[in-house]
Amino acid sequence: MAETIPGTLMSAAEPRAPGAAKRAIMGSAPGYMFLLPWLIGFLGLTIGPALASLYLSFTDFDLLTSPEWIGAQNYVRMLTADPKFATSMQVTFLYVIFSVPLKLVFALLVAMALNKGINGLTVYRAVFYLPSLLGGSVAIAVLWRQLFARDGLVNAFLANFGIEGPSWISTPTYSLWTLVILSVWQFGSPMIIFLAGLRQIPQDVYEAASLDGASKWRIFYRVTLPLLTPVIFFNAVIQTIDAFKAFTPAFIISGGTGGPINSTLFYSLYLYQEAFAYFRMGYASALAWVLLAIIGLFTAFSFLTSRYWVHYDE
Amino acid sequence: MTSEAIAAPPQDREEQRHPFVSLLIHAALIAAAILMLYPLLWMLSASLRPESEIFGSTSLWPSSISFDSFIDGWYALSLPFGRFFTNSFVIAILSVIGNVLSCSLAAFAFARLEFWGKRFWFALMLGTLMLPYHVVLIPQYVLFLKLDWVNTFLPLVVPKFLAHDAFFIFLMVQFFRGIPRELDEAAMMDGCSPWRIYWKIMLPLSLPVLTTAAIFSFIWTWDDFFGPLIYLNDIRNYTVQLGLRSFVDSTGDSDWGGLFAMSLLSLVPVFVFFLAFQRLLIEGIATTGMKR
Repeated sequence: MAETIPGTLMSAAEPRAPGAAKRAIMGSAPGYMFLLPWLIGFLGLTIGPALASLYLSFTDFDLLTSPEWIGAQNYVRMLTADPKFATSMQVTFLYVIFSVPLKLVFALLVAMALNKGINGLTVYRAVFYLPSLLGGSVAIAVLWRQLFARDGLVNAFLANFGIEGPSWISTPTYSLWTLVILSVWQFGSPMIIFLAGLRQIPQDVYEAASLDGASKWRIFYRVTLPLLTPVIFFNAVIQTIDAFKAFTPAFIISGGTGGPINSTLFYSLYLYQEAFAYFRMGYASALAWVLLAIIGLFTAFSFLTSRYWVHYDE
Repeated sequence: MTSEAIAAPPQDREEQRHPFVSLLIHAALIAAAILMLYPLLWMLSASLRPESEIFGSTSLWPSSISFDSFIDGWYALSLPFGRFFTNSFVIAILSVIGNVLSCSLAAFAFARLEFWGKRFWFALMLGTLMLPYHVVLIPQYVLFLKLDWVNTFLPLVVPKFLAHDAFFIFLMVQFFRGIPRELDEAAMMDGCSPWRIYWKIMLPLSLPVLTTAAIFSFIWTWDDFFGPLIYLNDIRNYTVQLGLRSFVDSTGDSDWGGLFAMSLLSLVPVFVFFLAFQRLLIEGIATTGMKR
C-alpha cells in the first residue's frame, strides 16, 4: 500500500523496494521453469542459428573447412553474376503472383456460396477442405506428376475431344502452371477462414442494406467485401508467405532439379541445391537472408498499406 | 413471438435464395467437388487395376480388381515399405508428445504466470512465427552434424521437445486465456503449486486444444519432406515420404501402379484423422487461421 501514496511514508516504503524486487525475481522462478524448454529451443535452435547464418552469409563455407570471411561477396555475386538466382526469383514471384490471388478468389467464391445456410454445408466443406489437408504430401506431388504427364489423366481426358496434349510437366512453358493449379486446388483452408469471417458479419447490416433497396451486387461490393477486408488481408499475407516458401511439389515434380530448364526452380529449391548438393553453405545462408528480407519487406508493406483498404471495427 | 423469430436465424435457412438460384449453386458446387476429388478417386482406382489398364483411361471403375500393385509397391525398394511406415510413425508420435508437452508448458507460463520479461519473451515468440525456416536451416544442420545426430531421428524429434513449433504455443495461449481465472486462483488460495494447477486443472480443461495440436503435429510431421530429406540418408531410417521419393527416382515413370498404391497408403493416416476429427480440424483453422 505504502508505495502507492507518493510523498508519504517514503522512508517506510523504501526499505521494501529491494525486498519487493527480490520477491519479483523469486516470483519469476516458476514462470521460467515452465518456459525452460522453449527458452532452450529459442536460444539454441532459433536465435543462435539465425545469428550464425547471418554471419555465415558473409563467408565462404563448404562444411568441411572452417568458414572464411569474404565480406559481401555472396550478395554481390547473387545480384550480378548468378543467372540461376535471377531465374529462381522470377519463377517464385510468378508462382506467388498467380497462385495466391487465384486461390483466394476461389476460396471466397466457394465460401460465399456455402455461407447462406446451404443444405449439406458440412459435406461440401469437408470435400473442399480435404485437398488442403493432403496437399503438402509427396503422394499428391506424385499424383500431380502423373496427371500432367504425356500419357496422364489430363491428356486422356483431352483425347476424348480429339486434342493431343503435350507432357505438361516437361514443357517449360506449362510446368510452372501445373504447380499453380496444385496450389489453387488447395483453396480449402482459406475458404474455411473466409466462412468464419462471413459468419461474423451481423445479419442486420444486410437487412438494412436490402431495405434501402441495394442490389445483391451492390451489397456484396459495399457491405460484404469491406467488412471482410481484415480476413482477406490475413489470408493474403499468410498465403503469400507460404507460397514464397514452397518446396515439396516442385522438388518431386522436377525430380529435385527445378527443371525443365529451371522453369520450376523455386527459391527454396535453389537454396536447397546450393546448400545440400553443392555445399555452398555461405552462399545458401545469404540466399536465406535475402528471402527473409523479401518476406519482411512484403509483410511491412502489407501492414503499411492495410490502413488504406482494410476496415477494422471502430 | 412470431414464427419468424422461432425458426432458425435467417442465415441458416436455405429458402432465402430463389429455388432456381439455389439449384444452380448446388450444381456448381457439386461439379467443383467432383472435379477436385476426381484425381484422388482416380488414383485409388488406378492402384486397384492391372498395370496395363492405368493409362489412357479416365474411368473410375476398374474392369477387374487386383491388389498386385500394393504387393509390388510394398517390396519395390530394397527394404519393404513397412519399415518406412514404422519410422514415420515413431517420428510422428514422438513429435506429438514433444509438441504437446513443451508447448503447453510454455503456453501456461505465458497465459497464467507472472514473471520478469514476460512481454518481451512473448513478443519474441510471436516473432518466430514469421521467421522462414531457411534462416536457421544451415546452422541447425551444422549443429546436428557436430552432435553426430545426422542420420538419426534426433534432429527431427528433439526440436519438438523444445517447443520449436511456436505456432502451437500461440494456439494454446489463446485457449488457456479463455479458461476462467477463478479456477486456478481458488486452487492457488488452497496452496496448490503452479505445477499442480497446470497438470490437474489446465491440461484436463484443455483437451480440445491439446487434441487439435496433437492432430496437426502428427499430420505436419507425417507429411514433412524437407526435414527427413536433409537429415536421413540411410534407407533404413527413411520415412514414408522419403520412400516415395526414392520410388519415383528409381522406377521413374515405369511402375505407376506400385507408386500409386504406396502414395495412397501414405495418405491413409491423414485421411483417418480427417474422418475422425474433421470438426476439430476445421474449428482449429477457423479460429486461428492455420495454413492448412
